[in-house]
Amino acid sequence: MADKAILYDSSKCTACRGCQVACKQWWGLEADKTEFWGTYENPRDLSADTWVKIRFNEISNGNGGVDWIFTRQSCMHCTDAACVRVCPTKALYYYPLGFVAYDKDLCSGCGYCVEFCPFDVPRAKGNDITGIRKIDKCRFCIDRITNDLEPSCVKTCPTDALIFGDRDELVAIGKQRVQELKATYPDAYLYGEKELGGLHVMYVLTQSPEVHGLPVDPQVPATAIAWQDVIQPLGYAAIGLVVAGLGLNYLVARANANKEAEVKAKVKAKE
Amino acid sequence: MTSHFNDVANSDCIMAIGTNCAENHPAAFHHIMKAKGRGAKLINVDPRYTRTTAVADLYVPLRSGTDITFIGGMIKYVIDDIEKNPDNYNLIYVTEYTNATFLVNPDYKGPAELDGVFSGWDATKKSYNKATWTYQLDENGIPRRDKTLKDPNCVFQLLKKQFARYDVDRVNKITGTPKDLFLEVCKLFSATGKPGKAGNLLYAMGATQHTYGAQNIRAYAVLQLLLGNMGIAGGGIQALRGEHNVQGSTDMALLAHILPGYLPVFSNTDKTLQDYLNRVTPKWADTRSLNWWSNTPKYIVSLLKAWYGDAATKDNDFGFNYLPKVTGNANSKHSHIALFEAMYQGIIKGFLCIGQNPAVGGPNSVLERDALHKLDWLVCVDLWETETASFWKRPGVNPADVKTEVFVLPAACHYEKEGTVTNSGRWVQWRYKGANSPGDAKPDLDIIYELGLKVKEVYQAGGPNADAITNLTWDYGHPPTADAVLREINGYDLTTGKLVNNFTALKDDGTTSCGEWVYSGCYNETGNFTQRRELDDGPYNIGLFSKWAWCWPLNRRIVYNRASVDLNGEPWDKEHPVIWWKEGKWTGDVPDGGAKPMAEGGSYAFIMCPDGHAHIFGGNVAPRTAGLADGPFPEHYEPWESPVQNMMSGTQTNPALLAGASAAEQKGTADKYPYVATTYRVVEHWQSGAMTRHLPWLCELMPEMFIEISEELANELGIKNVDKVIVESARGNIEAKALVTKRFKPFQIDGKVVHEIGMPWHWGYAGIAKGDSANVLTPHVGDANTMIPEYKAFLVNLRKA
Repeated sequence: MADKAILYDSSKCTACRGCQVACKQWWGLEADKTEFWGTYENPRDLSADTWVKIRFNEISNGNGGVDWIFTRQSCMHCTDAACVRVCPTKALYYYPLGFVAYDKDLCSGCGYCVEFCPFDVPRAKGNDITGIRKIDKCRFCIDRITNDLEPSCVKTCPTDALIFGDRDELVAIGKQRVQELKATYPDAYLYGEKELGGLHVMYVLTQSPEVHGLPVDPQVPATAIAWQDVIQPLGYAAIGLVVAGLGLNYLVARANANKEAEVKAKVKAKE
Repeated sequence: MTSHFNDVANSDCIMAIGTNCAENHPAAFHHIMKAKGRGAKLINVDPRYTRTTAVADLYVPLRSGTDITFIGGMIKYVIDDIEKNPDNYNLIYVTEYTNATFLVNPDYKGPAELDGVFSGWDATKKSYNKATWTYQLDENGIPRRDKTLKDPNCVFQLLKKQFARYDVDRVNKITGTPKDLFLEVCKLFSATGKPGKAGNLLYAMGATQHTYGAQNIRAYAVLQLLLGNMGIAGGGIQALRGEHNVQGSTDMALLAHILPGYLPVFSNTDKTLQDYLNRVTPKWADTRSLNWWSNTPKYIVSLLKAWYGDAATKDNDFGFNYLPKVTGNANSKHSHIALFEAMYQGIIKGFLCIGQNPAVGGPNSVLERDALHKLDWLVCVDLWETETASFWKRPGVNPADVKTEVFVLPAACHYEKEGTVTNSGRWVQWRYKGANSPGDAKPDLDIIYELGLKVKEVYQAGGPNADAITNLTWDYGHPPTADAVLREINGYDLTTGKLVNNFTALKDDGTTSCGEWVYSGCYNETGNFTQRRELDDGPYNIGLFSKWAWCWPLNRRIVYNRASVDLNGEPWDKEHPVIWWKEGKWTGDVPDGGAKPMAEGGSYAFIMCPDGHAHIFGGNVAPRTAGLADGPFPEHYEPWESPVQNMMSGTQTNPALLAGASAAEQKGTADKYPYVATTYRVVEHWQSGAMTRHLPWLCELMPEMFIEISEELANELGIKNVDKVIVESARGNIEAKALVTKRFKPFQIDGKVVHEIGMPWHWGYAGIAKGDSANVLTPHVGDANTMIPEYKAFLVNLRKA
């Protein structure tokens, strides 16, 4: 079945934040406590209760004027996802449609995904009473898209800055849009076409990724690769060795214990 | 809107001026994006770079309050270009559909000759004698015309004279808009003057909330008529209304100067119904003009019959004396500012405040809040306890000192009741109830109906003008239904008891009733058309959707569409036809006045004007079409408070503006208040915040009040981003955090730097997200015609707190 994706076109975004509210409404998420910190942007950061937000950035353009750059901030649903690599419980996993799904019940609260995500997306929240800590992030509206509905953010977007569909179609649309934009925005770029094996949330950018606050050529951190490809297997191997060693120890110890008992019995018999 | 939302997608060039539609009309903005997707250019004119600007093709800054100079400059550009390159324009449209060719009274003089005023200005009465604003009529009473547009007294030449002063240099000096940018706008927008091209103009409060707001809109009308943009697909002038049913409330005349259906209120100079009819019913000698308002008697009598039934008969002048009569200018006495001045003076004792929050939304908040203290009783009908409902316990007030008895009646929200809402595009759409209201909350219909029944009951015992109350039919069911109300609005043939087909069936002899003639036809014996949801786009694929709900009048989706065709009934734009005369009948949209094309002897195109022609010159033509209070042409004046001398004439402010009684004592001058301030909205909150500042998800997005200040001004005053600042006007002061931004830039006004700051007006002392109210700063002055407050341009001082 074809991979699905979301295309965010920042040139069409008016930063209305309908997406932020629609996400919270569909998933029943709480409002974060916020205050005015000098920009329209709020909340200041993603959180376990804020899975998508829009960033605002004013930049001076060449003509003495200004451009107000809007950039979506949310899980990018990577094809090669660092969070999936490091998740010890497989709470984070690849769904057949390509996005990174999340089963909160399996989350052990270890925080590795928070540490290794190249986009700094997952956020943890602890329960004050039970002390149990879980992460959260955009779930790609898995319950909506598996029922022929669009993700909540996409449905709400009034300017079609967000569209949803088959990933290869959206790649084509994104590339064409970038071509159209190049006349006015020479740095226009389709972010996520190839990054990390291809992102399932792609962005049409009017400026370079740096100006939009996005990592240029993001990589799965070497330590995460080391973790999944080397250390974890070594770990399991080490555990295996330990178990084997313990098993061997048990057999040897039992054999020794039996021998000792035999010797004691012989000594007693002689007396 | 002269058109509707979907039609905006047909535009080739859209000018959004006096509107921040991406923020304040986000759903409607979808259609603007569709237009852009088809290659349309979006021009955004605003003192500040907004979220609309972020997706616009051209950002054009202008100083708040200088729209008439800006548009006037465009009008001059178009006039000059019409003379140089007439083939680029639709001169048949201009000469046949507008009054450009009409000859005006040679005694008429304009501001170019009279230093800022029009002929007939009476300084003592503070109003115009409009005797000179008339047409020259021939011996048959028909206006004399010059189709060559050369006669010095023809409207076209008078228009040219009016705007001759609005050259590019002066436009730049007054507005602060760079010259090359202004010329680029002129070129882009005037290109839509060519037949086959459509230019659209979107506006909202940025245009209307000025002491010359109505004239701002008149300027748009003049420009769009010169460009042949009225009545065509993708063209027109679109008022983007600020609430989902404020168009409905306007149509039902929740205003001081009109009765439902835009009928004027009765005046105390009208002694009989016939006096009233003589005063307001236009007659026109040229029978080629349909002069639709000549039907006024049918509409007013049918309205009285709807309200009074059998108690309105020929013998009692159809209940003429039941209705109150206004003394003088209705708006100057009875619109919002005037009402609160009267309240403040202790004249008004009781206030029924339904779905509004004037303690935050009204101008001069300190005065208006203090006015509430003078009331004996206040009833607030709302979803939450608003600032108005809680004025008696607001910060700084000891409730023990307040004598006002305050009632709060909880109201159902819009999804908890059924009935119609009318959007900006005049679409009347029925809605069904989606959920039950919490607790005791009731729909407004139930509340007002029951209140009316109680009032009727009390007046059975007598009282002033008691039968005006007791004789009301006031019967909408038990419990009342919106269905019953809508049927009354449509109207009945009282001889048969059946619903009338539409307003063409209404009579002035008391045999028909109708609650609002303009809606007549929405619900007749065929059914309730407002409930339709068919997606048939019609024969010409212009997004008409004529079977989706119903729009007024008569389901005509694009008004003035008779101007979208040539004299033979052929569309100017054959790729986007609105109507098309084929084989002896009109196809497409409902034609404006069903007459044949003009070439076959049919009537003139603009049926609501007595002369059948669109008014470029808004003159004194006939009863009810006497021109605006402040002139037949728009003229630039400075806002009531301005840091700048008027560079267009020696008349500083609109001489006819309407001021509250207290205004003069609280007028600021530039020496104490050097900065221009403006107020606006953000998408995250709505109006006075009465609803949105109670919703956590929205308070999360925009938690606090803020003041937007340019980097330049902030540097001058030592203010950094997020610093607390105090903004002060002659009315009061507020404190909020600063948002230092590149999106405001100082204006160069004739070599002088003029700083402008802005702020949202959503905040108050109630709700989850609290903050100071911007309207503490705004003045009690308003437009010369409507008295809408001048929220958009006033003077303040600013300092770090």
